[in-house]
Amino acid sequence: MYQFSGKLKTFSIALMIIGALGVGYSFLTAPKTVEDAKEIIASQHDSHETTAATHAPATDSHEKTDSHSNAKTSEHANDEHAEHVLHALQNKPWAATYVALFFFLGISLLVLTFYAIQRVAQAGWSIVLFRVMEAITANIVPASILMFVVIMTSAGHLNHLFVWMADGTFDPASPNYDAIVDGKKWWLNIPGWTVRSIVYLVGWNVYRFLTRKWSIAEDTANDGNKIYKKNYHASVVFLVFFMITESMMSWDWIMGLDPHWFSTLFGWYVLATLLVSALTVIAFVTIYLRSKGHLPFVNDSHIHDLAKYMFGFSVFWTYLWFAQFMLIWYADMSEETVYFIARFNEYKLPFLGMVVMNFVFPILLLINSDFKSRPWFVVIGGLVILAGHYIDVFVMIMPATVGDQWFFGIPEISALAFFIGLFIFVTFRAFANAAPLAKGNPFLQESEHYHYYNIEHEGEENHH
Amino acid sequence: MSNKVIHAFYNDDEVVLDAVKKVKAAHHHIEEVFCPFPVHGLDKAMGLAPTRIAITSFMYGVLGLSVAIWMTNYMMIQDWPQDIGGKPNFSWWLNMPAFVPILFELTVFFAAHLMVITFYMRSRIWPFKKAENPDPRTTDDHFLMEIPVHDNEEELTTLLKETGAVEINVVEKH
Repeated sequence: MYQFSGKLKTFSIALMIIGALGVGYSFLTAPKTVEDAKEIIASQHDSHETTAATHAPATDSHEKTDSHSNAKTSEHANDEHAEHVLHALQNKPWAATYVALFFFLGISLLVLTFYAIQRVAQAGWSIVLFRVMEAITANIVPASILMFVVIMTSAGHLNHLFVWMADGTFDPASPNYDAIVDGKKWWLNIPGWTVRSIVYLVGWNVYRFLTRKWSIAEDTANDGNKIYKKNYHASVVFLVFFMITESMMSWDWIMGLDPHWFSTLFGWYVLATLLVSALTVIAFVTIYLRSKGHLPFVNDSHIHDLAKYMFGFSVFWTYLWFAQFMLIWYADMSEETVYFIARFNEYKLPFLGMVVMNFVFPILLLINSDFKSRPWFVVIGGLVILAGHYIDVFVMIMPATVGDQWFFGIPEISALAFFIGLFIFVTFRAFANAAPLAKGNPFLQESEHYHYYNIEHEGEENHH
Repeated sequence: MSNKVIHAFYNDDEVVLDAVKKVKAAHHHIEEVFCPFPVHGLDKAMGLAPTRIAITSFMYGVLGLSVAIWMTNYMMIQDWPQDIGGKPNFSWWLNMPAFVPILFELTVFFAAHLMVITFYMRSRIWPFKKAENPDPRTTDDHFLMEIPVHDNEEELTTLLKETGAVEINVVEKH
């Protein structure tokens, strides 16, 4: 049995504490009043002028009444702008936490899905990785609890991440009335949204609880594969549930941030982002544990397979990214292009940079078959893939919540640190709670002897 | 000098793979192994150099991409610019997203077709060519290992029998 202790545990707890302090600090220092926001605008204005030459004049043009560029702006418009900035800055710590939370919840969920796919496909190669995957899925529990908190605070108007939840959106008499959102009322309404969100979280957690319990029971069951079949059936049901809830989750939790905009492949797009990140995380945890000698049965072919998936799903992600972009670019309908205009105007570097990180870099690094079985290559490629997909989630969420007030600063780094710490703590604690090898699985032998014919095994201890 | 060769027949891919390893371990040269289907790891066991076809595939892909860039630029920008949905027809770069499917398809087209043609040329096969395999059973359910004989017929025959050959013939090769 693996023991989770020592430096790694201290490190994870330290990361959580630092992250929690940083998140707390950014909540406390968010501006409270319009006056605070005006001060911040004034200080931004100063730095703006010193670097004015490097800024394109249209950078802030999404605000028609932009006080930066128009000297004759009335006092009223100035107040309106300040209020807008105030809301963006008040959203910022929420949005920064939400980006990291969604990323980690999504990774845990997609590891669970990948695991369920292995069970349903009755795959032979991956059995030796089952306990690693199960350990990662343990993160679903704390991530779901935190997500539940965000859901309840959003529904209770304690944060303003979702603009359509504002008072009066559905009231024709209100100045906040939004006819387009009102037309989507049958889907976008707070009770429905809250109930759906809770159903997703509960459903995923129930499957995770059952499959983990049965997987451990299988180790000593010796029952003619009865539990194995039970797990198989549960995984089939989960995959059906997942396919529906994943799409709906991405509409509710991400696309709902831009309630006027829609993209019919958005569920797929979010899936691709989370899936490639999930595979990278499986590879990372596997490589780490193997390097410490806890997974002597994992050989280079298993790493090679994970890297193949990382490579393949990077291409898949790019395909969806481009398919979404090109159709909207070509059709040029204003209600659709607004999404990309916001990103090209204010998020150009992260928005285009992530395409290089998520496509060009993995393609060049992981296309060679030999490289895919070398752990340090997989780690380098994986770090860029994970950073790139974090930015991807960032660019999905930030434009709608904080607009041009984005920055990668204390709230973002702290939230990320907190969730990395939480991830390490939960994953390795769960890994220590069960035998590192799923002994009872009928395909175990096939997995242990797995050898992709085209590569030489080097990294493992037991040479065949 | 005689051109005698031994033809050893096997009826299982795992057996022939082990046999090749044993024959190589005994330091005999294997001229060729004829198989009804590709056997993973056989090339390595025979000591053949790794294939370079992946490199040619990459180069053909780059060639296809270049042709596609040239072609879209010539057709859609230089020769006959058309107004399609108001997209910028005066600049290849600004219109590039519309060309990506073409760039992708031609890259794949060039890589795939030229790689197959290269493979045919390197394997020296072409339409209506007479088959080279010495026994028609190697296209059905038998594997054949061909080993040149240098006054060691006895030794080779014993060795091959040990490796599980189902039939051993010594033939004159022309």
